[in-house]
Amino acid sequence: MKIAVCVKQVPDTWAEKKLSDSDKTLDRESVDGVMNELDEYAVEEALLIKEANDGEVVAVSMGPDKAEETVRKALQMGADSGIHIVDDSLAGSDSVATAKTLAATLKDQGYDLIIFGSESTDARMSVVPAMVAELLDLPQLTFASKVSVDGDAVTIQRQADYGYDEVQASTPAVISVVEKINEPRYPSFKGIMAAKKKPLESVAAPSGEPVGLASARTEILEFAERPPKAAGVKIEDDGTGGVKVADFLAEQKLI
Amino acid sequence: MDEFTTPERTALAETVREFTQRHITAELPQWEAEGRIPVKLHRLAGEAGLAGLSYPEAVGGSGGDLVDTTIMIEEMLGAGASGGLIAGLFTQGIATPHVIDEAQRRRDRGETQAADYLEDNYIRPVMAGDMIASLGVTEPDGGSDVSGLRTRAQSDPEDPDTLIVNGAKTFITSAIRADYVTTAVRTGGPGAAGVSLLVIPTAAPGFTVARELDKMGWRCSDTAELAFVDVRVPRLNLLGAEQGFASLARHFAVERLTLAVTGYATAQRCLDLTIEYARNRETFGKPLISRQVIRHDLVEMHRQIDVARTYTRDVVLAHARGEEVMTRALIAKQTAVDTCSYVVDRAVQIHGGAGYMKDSEVERHYRDSRILGIGGGANEVMTDLASKLLGY
Repeated sequence: MKIAVCVKQVPDTWAEKKLSDSDKTLDRESVDGVMNELDEYAVEEALLIKEANDGEVVAVSMGPDKAEETVRKALQMGADSGIHIVDDSLAGSDSVATAKTLAATLKDQGYDLIIFGSESTDARMSVVPAMVAELLDLPQLTFASKVSVDGDAVTIQRQADYGYDEVQASTPAVISVVEKINEPRYPSFKGIMAAKKKPLESVAAPSGEPVGLASARTEILEFAERPPKAAGVKIEDDGTGGVKVADFLAEQKLI
Repeated sequence: MDEFTTPERTALAETVREFTQRHITAELPQWEAEGRIPVKLHRLAGEAGLAGLSYPEAVGGSGGDLVDTTIMIEEMLGAGASGGLIAGLFTQGIATPHVIDEAQRRRDRGETQAADYLEDNYIRPVMAGDMIASLGVTEPDGGSDVSGLRTRAQSDPEDPDTLIVNGAKTFITSAIRADYVTTAVRTGGPGAAGVSLLVIPTAAPGFTVARELDKMGWRCSDTAELAFVDVRVPRLNLLGAEQGFASLARHFAVERLTLAVTGYATAQRCLDLTIEYARNRETFGKPLISRQVIRHDLVEMHRQIDVARTYTRDVVLAHARGEEVMTRALIAKQTAVDTCSYVVDRAVQIHGGAGYMKDSEVERHYRDSRILGIGGGANEVMTDLASKLLGY
């Protein structure tokens, strides 16, 4: 079974994130990059499927030079090889261009499964897996909280407000996984050292499709710094404290 | 980027942090109360490649060096582990190098079977975390005086392939849980020249844990007094006749350096906790950290830690390059121990009453770190040895 797992480098969750003034996109240079947390679940799921069914796992990432670190992390966790799509023309790509680039790279390579995390912690669009499935004309098994593979049949539990739906498709298929589907492994020291010798190929953007900031279908018109934290509201409990807290939360549309 | 921040070592640091947060910090208070680290933690350390981190891949280790061990200790303590946890989880660091050396000597002499015997029974299982190894040197009335030890191993007159051991050991780390104790025994005449190291399986009849020892600190790490009464051990377990003292001395530098790392890394953790406390704690309407006297205290703690870390790491790098570092290791240990003593004391002081409470982490480090100037060579012995090495 040949599995592609798509991973994205995102700014460290705890870091202060900034948009750059010049093109209003995320300033990726000034913060530490880490593998998108949900993609760790995707890598783990790919490795579990591989371990149960034999085969190979290819980690694929699109991003600037230092996104190679994230492909390397997938290799340290146990992926067999990596593809890093790196091209100046890709800078500022929106989700459509990202999906087109990934689809063009993944097309006709014999993948049985293409696995994604269900969203990235920076853009939070949750649309790339579905777009890639559409572009490749493959069934999409998105928001999976459980995946089982039996021959060429793949069944997932799709997370929903009311519980889950069971969705089945035959391979090849695209899967996106939600948090807590598994417990991602940390690389062992042997995994870390072995990753140095695993193939990691850098490829340019596939030609033909307009990509990058200029072709983006969405545009950030303006942005502002988050205002400094304002003083909170103090509620004295004179016996009606609970009601007042509930009223406050309702006013903020939190309940 | 330096030797400590290569991509691989950055990844190692992340793995160790994750390992510590996932498997250690939540359960450590319980292990402290029980006086034991669970065997399953050794397996997990084996799977992560940490149990055999700095040992050759040829014997089941991970192929790293002392720089990797340094990063592991720094990160474990930084993520909330303790000196006692590290001492108990990685006792093989002092017990197994002697076995690895002897296996290599046998291989060099072409004694493949005898080398495989040690490797298969006493090295690979330890690297995998399936077996716990311990080192037994100190005797009930001996202390730091290795040359005067009295535990004796004699040939069985009826079976030349067997040694019979009688004697006692004390303050032996991990010996309650250990599968074997690399034991310093007298096989020859008096003095250091008559000492050998012998691998004694704890399952052997006549081996008993005479007493479980209760300690001021390092409470999750079990410590025992051992008794040997006519314990029969295969001669194959002898790690070179009368080579014991030389073998111990050869590995002292690494033990001292890892204790030095434990010292400054414990101090760093205490400083981190203290800064956080001083920022959050308000006295007389202002955060504690707004007081100049506290800020100066924090700077002094930082200064001592930075100096100890920089010097120790420098010696670690020299050791990894293959240089002889005996004197520098002594200096590193002394410097880091002094730093740690100073910093844990100030950390408790700045925490005030909260720092005296059992549920504060600095309280544990305060007790744990007291051993650092005693174990692995007492301060006074270190200084005396340094004076000899320096020719004063």
